[in-house]
Amino acid sequence: MERVQAVKGHQGSLEVEIAGITLQNPVMPAAGTFGFGEELAPFIDLNRLGAIVVKTLTLHPTPGNPPPRISETYSGLLNSIGLQNPGVEKFVQVKLPYLRQLKPPLIVNIAGRTISEYAELASRLSGEAGIKALEVNISCPNVKEGGIIFGTVPEMAAQVTAAVKKQTSLPVIVKLTPNVTDITEVAKAVVDAGADALALINTLRGMAIDLETRRPALGNIIGGLSGPAIKPVALYAVWRVARAVKVPIIGMGGIMTAHDVIEFMLAGATAVAVGTASLVNPRALIEIIEGLEDYVAAQGIDDVRELIGAVQI
Amino acid sequence: MKLLTEILEAVVLASSQIRPDIYLLSLEAPTISRDARPGQFVHIRCSHTYDPLLRRPLSIHDIGSKGELVLLFQAKGRGTAWLAGQQAGNRINVLGPVGQGFSIVANKKVAIVAGGLGVVPLLFLARKLLESDNEVNFFLGAQDCDKLLRLEALRRMEVNLFLATDDGSAGFKGTVTDLWKKHLRPGAFDWAYACGPQAEMAEFARLAERVALPAEVSLEERMACGIGLCRGCVTAVCDASGHKKYENVCSCGPVFNAAAVCWED
Ligand SMILES: Cc1cc2nc3c(=O)[nH]c(=O)nc-3n(C[C@H](O)[C@H](O)[C@H](O)COP(=O)(O)OP(=O)(O)OC[C@H]3O[C@@H](n4cnc5c(N)ncnc54)[C@H](O)[C@@H]3O)c2cc1C
Ligand SMILES: Cc1cc2nc3c(=O)[nH]c(=O)nc-3n(C[C@H](O)[C@H](O)[C@H](O)COP(=O)(O)O)c2cc1C
Repeated sequence: MERVQAVKGHQGSLEVEIAGITLQNPVMPAAGTFGFGEELAPFIDLNRLGAIVVKTLTLHPTPGNPPPRISETYSGLLNSIGLQNPGVEKFVQVKLPYLRQLKPPLIVNIAGRTISEYAELASRLSGEAGIKALEVNISCPNVKEGGIIFGTVPEMAAQVTAAVKKQTSLPVIVKLTPNVTDITEVAKAVVDAGADALALINTLRGMAIDLETRRPALGNIIGGLSGPAIKPVALYAVWRVARAVKVPIIGMGGIMTAHDVIEFMLAGATAVAVGTASLVNPRALIEIIEGLEDYVAAQGIDDVRELIGAVQI
Repeated sequence: MKLLTEILEAVVLASSQIRPDIYLLSLEAPTISRDARPGQFVHIRCSHTYDPLLRRPLSIHDIGSKGELVLLFQAKGRGTAWLAGQQAGNRINVLGPVGQGFSIVANKKVAIVAGGLGVVPLLFLARKLLESDNEVNFFLGAQDCDKLLRLEALRRMEVNLFLATDDGSAGFKGTVTDLWKKHLRPGAFDWAYACGPQAEMAEFARLAERVALPAEVSLEERMACGIGLCRGCVTAVCDASGHKKYENVCSCGPVFNAAAVCWED
């Protein structure tokens, strides 16, 4: 009841723009925590999301890592999925027809083992109707070939970005890893190479050990940490990168509530992605969007874009 | 098939400690009780904060006479300890029912093989199999007679009950799979179901395959979302051509065809 009144009282705009794409609100799913959309449809209205972002695709089907792939930590989650996905062809045939009839812009996340695989994926997907942007994953901590290697060396990151840009006229979002000494170096390198927007952060490398077996808790030995535990690290990365580059940023890492979203926007994010929260509460994305509506209404904010980078130092 | 999974704030109707570390919890969750099939589970938030963060999967143990959802669990770590502390009147966030349940056959001779906590999903299964006119042979095993769970409830049901304990303090001395093996001849059963320790389920699967008996098992794996979003809880299965692949325990299982599971992994 309270909520309805608040929204009626004042309706600020939640619209934002990323690389020429208009989003009805700044909230989208984080790749890999949303399946291919259909899995969440029984719980939320996907058409209310700011954008749709699907699980990383590779050129060929990827089986993923041996289980266990999940280990809970204090307020966090270690995962070592290993990019399990059906491959780009099956995605186009089986998943894309459903996704392209949804209203929010569709962002497809890709990863290659080599630079030419990234290029081939970009070229294959560019011809498909309904895809509005590519998100280039150079930051997966859980695969042996490719993945994070491309995200830790600025020159490599730039090469991947340039190769993808050459193959597509779609906006290119590059997703960065926090597992580097200075994230702004990689950020600047990919922006110079033509990235239209940045997404950060991917998971932080970590591990856990099972005392009963004295073996690593994850089948892959190491995994990536996500969830509330990483939020301060993610926020700091967004703040630093926002001051280093001019392109829009999709901020993520531990977002559970609308207040977390506001923090990321104040730090400099134009939009945000929600990952682990959806794994705990399938309705999290919508609850966060409603929380944002309430926040701008209660604060009398006319345009949510006022918040971007507005942290007072 | 239409997905009937819901998220609701279920009211705790009763909670009892039936062994030092084992709890029986009944919840008011009418939609889950109405739609639940044996082998399916519920995914429960075990905190009002972000720590512990993930939901805990618990099998549907029974649907009570008044439609209450009954769970049976061991207090192991932080999540289940929290759950064990919940009292009548409290509300708990429950997602369910989730997963693919057991096949419910009719007019058959079935064997149910339960090791330890494996009895949890199998009691509800026995109830449903009895409703569809099967002859139900229930093999229940545990370390010792104190650890045989739900003995009284099973004795009240129209099942043929066979007991096994590792120390011989009740029934057959040995594992429940060894006991079942003594009853297993070609044609003795038309269908078999199991849940229990991994090693016993592997042996169960091997024995069933030897006599070409259709067999199903309920598996456990570390799990995050419970609804197929994250690919976190996979198990290795072999398709008809022997090709190995990973399938979600949450959405493709937790019940699997025993012959399809790659047990050595
Ligand atoms: C489909 C399914 C049905 C289950 N049904 C029952 C049941 O009816 N009764 C019962 O007592 N137990 C059941 N379990 C096991 C139960 O989920 C775990 O014992 C429980 O999650 C442990 O949580 P914790 O907080 O006590 O332990 P913690 O050690 O604090 O848990 C840490 C993390 O590990 C996970 N975890 C720990 N042990 C297991 C396990 N054996 N299987 C899967 N995840 C685990 C937890 O979910 C959590 O994410 C089931 C498991 C699955 C997968
Ligand atoms: C289970 C799981 C799977 C993920 N899979 C991917 C993936 O396929 N591609 C990718 O770019 N990021 C992947 N991520 C990273 C998330 O998109 C996100 O960057 C990270 O989890 C931080 O956000 P969060 O704390 O809100 O989860 C995955 C994260 C989790 C928890």
